[in-house]
Amino acid sequence: MKHEHRLKVGPVTFRVGSQWAAPVRQLAELYRDYPAADAVCDFTVRLEAEKPWRRWVRPSVAIRGDYMLPDAVPMALEHGLLAAEMGMNLQMALGYRRHLLLHASTVERDGRALLMTGLSGSGKSTLAALLGEAGWRLMGDEFALLDLDTGTLHPFPRAVSLKNQSVYVMEERAGPNRLGPWLKGTPKGAIRHFRPSRDAIERMSEPAAPALILFPRYGRDLEAAVRPVGPAEVFVRLTQASTNYVALGERAFDALTHLVTTVPALAIDYPSTEAALAQVEELWAK
Amino acid sequence: MNAARLLVRALAEPSSARSLRDPEWTALIAVARAEALIGSLAYRLQEEALPSNVGTIFEAARRDAEQAKRQALWEAEMARRALAPLDLPVILLKGTAYTAAGLDAGLGRSIGDLDIMVPRDRLDEVEQALLAAGWEWVKEDAYDSLYYRRWMHELPPLIHRERDRMIDVHHTILPLTAKPKPDAAGMIADSVELDGGLRVLSPPDMIVHAAAHLFADGDLAGGLRNLWDIDRMLREFGGRAGFWPELHDRASRHQLLPAVQRAARIAADFYGTPSPTGWTRSHKVDRAFRARLVARNGWGQATRPALRLGFYVRSHLLRMPLPMLARHLWIKARR
Amino acid sequence: MAGPRYIADSADELKAVPLGGLVAIFHRPSGITHLLAPPAPQILEALASAPADEEVLLARIEERFDVEGGAEALVPRLAELEAAGLVRRA
Repeated sequence: MKHEHRLKVGPVTFRVGSQWAAPVRQLAELYRDYPAADAVCDFTVRLEAEKPWRRWVRPSVAIRGDYMLPDAVPMALEHGLLAAEMGMNLQMALGYRRHLLLHASTVERDGRALLMTGLSGSGKSTLAALLGEAGWRLMGDEFALLDLDTGTLHPFPRAVSLKNQSVYVMEERAGPNRLGPWLKGTPKGAIRHFRPSRDAIERMSEPAAPALILFPRYGRDLEAAVRPVGPAEVFVRLTQASTNYVALGERAFDALTHLVTTVPALAIDYPSTEAALAQVEELWAK
Repeated sequence: MNAARLLVRALAEPSSARSLRDPEWTALIAVARAEALIGSLAYRLQEEALPSNVGTIFEAARRDAEQAKRQALWEAEMARRALAPLDLPVILLKGTAYTAAGLDAGLGRSIGDLDIMVPRDRLDEVEQALLAAGWEWVKEDAYDSLYYRRWMHELPPLIHRERDRMIDVHHTILPLTAKPKPDAAGMIADSVELDGGLRVLSPPDMIVHAAAHLFADGDLAGGLRNLWDIDRMLREFGGRAGFWPELHDRASRHQLLPAVQRAARIAADFYGTPSPTGWTRSHKVDRAFRARLVARNGWGQATRPALRLGFYVRSHLLRMPLPMLARHLWIKARR
Repeated sequence: MAGPRYIADSADELKAVPLGGLVAIFHRPSGITHLLAPPAPQILEALASAPADEEVLLARIEERFDVEGGAEALVPRLAELEAAGLVRRA
């Protein structure tokens, strides 16, 4: 393909090819602090015109690659960076097999990891990004990688996709240099990508043992609340949050039953990010 | 070298992989995934010294293939249980058959739907038994259903509501509108029983079916994989006494000798598959088939659109005479 | 009158982990995970490698557990286990 960028996030090397220069240029800029990619790539992502003439006329980017969804809707060219990110996510969700992949965010402190999972809109991405600027190491906002042999969590600190208000919150905390370009009017609303801290990137091959599982739920009108979640419910919710649980077979069963029977789990409701940060610190201290 | 050719060479001669440079490995992996041959390749190169992350990628591919095999065999077993009260021969086809029979062709093979063949006069009972055991129609559409029932060699696809896996129930191996008329009853009569009660086609019929599927039915998309199946089977069965004359007879009886001989010729050319003298005399049209089979680049993209379109049109012509094809495409287009 | 006889896979085909009051079961032949509530795990245990009709099955289970509702309560559970592929006709 005409334009290409290779990047490594956690244990995975991606090759992103594009018919247009802009998405690849933005991607390279966003991931400029990341270490060199491996020589052989794990996954290939292609950003290509949906139909040959759509390269020039009302350009629209089809997200393709080693693994793809047959009915994926193409995106506008100005959202090409998001298309690249979605293409990489798709490879992970459909093709990754080295760890049990959980749709969850992870942060670490003192060698122990906090795993947060919930429906989209639960605020786990923003929460993880905020904790990453408040004394924690951001291990990943989207995918948590559970080691099938050791039971530890492996970092996957890709850029965090922030929506609307969260963008301003993070800009205030971390400054403007950590943010990618505004992508307005995307299917996910107005978004900007947020680059994790240098520390998070430098330590992206350093795993941590899980110590607490949280199921956050955000609602402006919710009272701050905490309730324990039993192992059967945690198990079901985590199998649902995993895209490769079935594909990994018995090893995934072993790793996940071990996780849910050894690590405590809590559901928290929070009305604001400040409240959530306070809740996390309080629960972590226990 | 064209990336699809890299894949063909690596499958045919695993030692050729030793000279690959890093970008070629990336290309090889992309093209193997696009051709659904990553599992087969991973097993084929298992004994080779590989760059470290290539080894990791292939190890994952082998594990994936193991899991796919388990799921495919389980799906076959659930169909067996659902159909057991009917007391009829249930013949596994394609990937599930190769895997269940323990053939080399099954090693690392990707397996999608479950394909089975049953006697045509028992089709209604089979349909009812599957519906009662949790399978459902994928689409409830009168035209599609009529089209399948009148012209096709299989029931409209069914999907299991719990396990989310598809089953294709065939009563012969080609659409009824196709020119060759295979002897389905003869295939069933010659089928071989496996442990557990399910059956597979006899070795020559398995090859006839694979060749028919490759050259007399589809548009050759995914053809490298089908041709690899044929290579594996011809090697595995080819040494048995009397195999080649038997294959010749069976292929003739099913009116598919040209497809089988073309498969043997191109497999010999691509994978070095052994075949008897007289089978490999080159044929002018083979060149287009060969070009179509390797129309893929190192990014996993399909190349040569005009050639692919030609084969797409051909696949419809093979299935249906022209006036019927026009009607079919017209109805499809209006929806 | 004896009804159909059922059998379950032997114990080494299953891996069971208790989770609270439920049991997570990994079924090796299918690679499918099931989360079962009583009396389903007890039915599987009683039928492992030893076929039985409903009556015999109930007797086996009652030897070791209390089953609320008797055989009536077992019938729907047995049908579910058969549909899931964990129990088959012998």
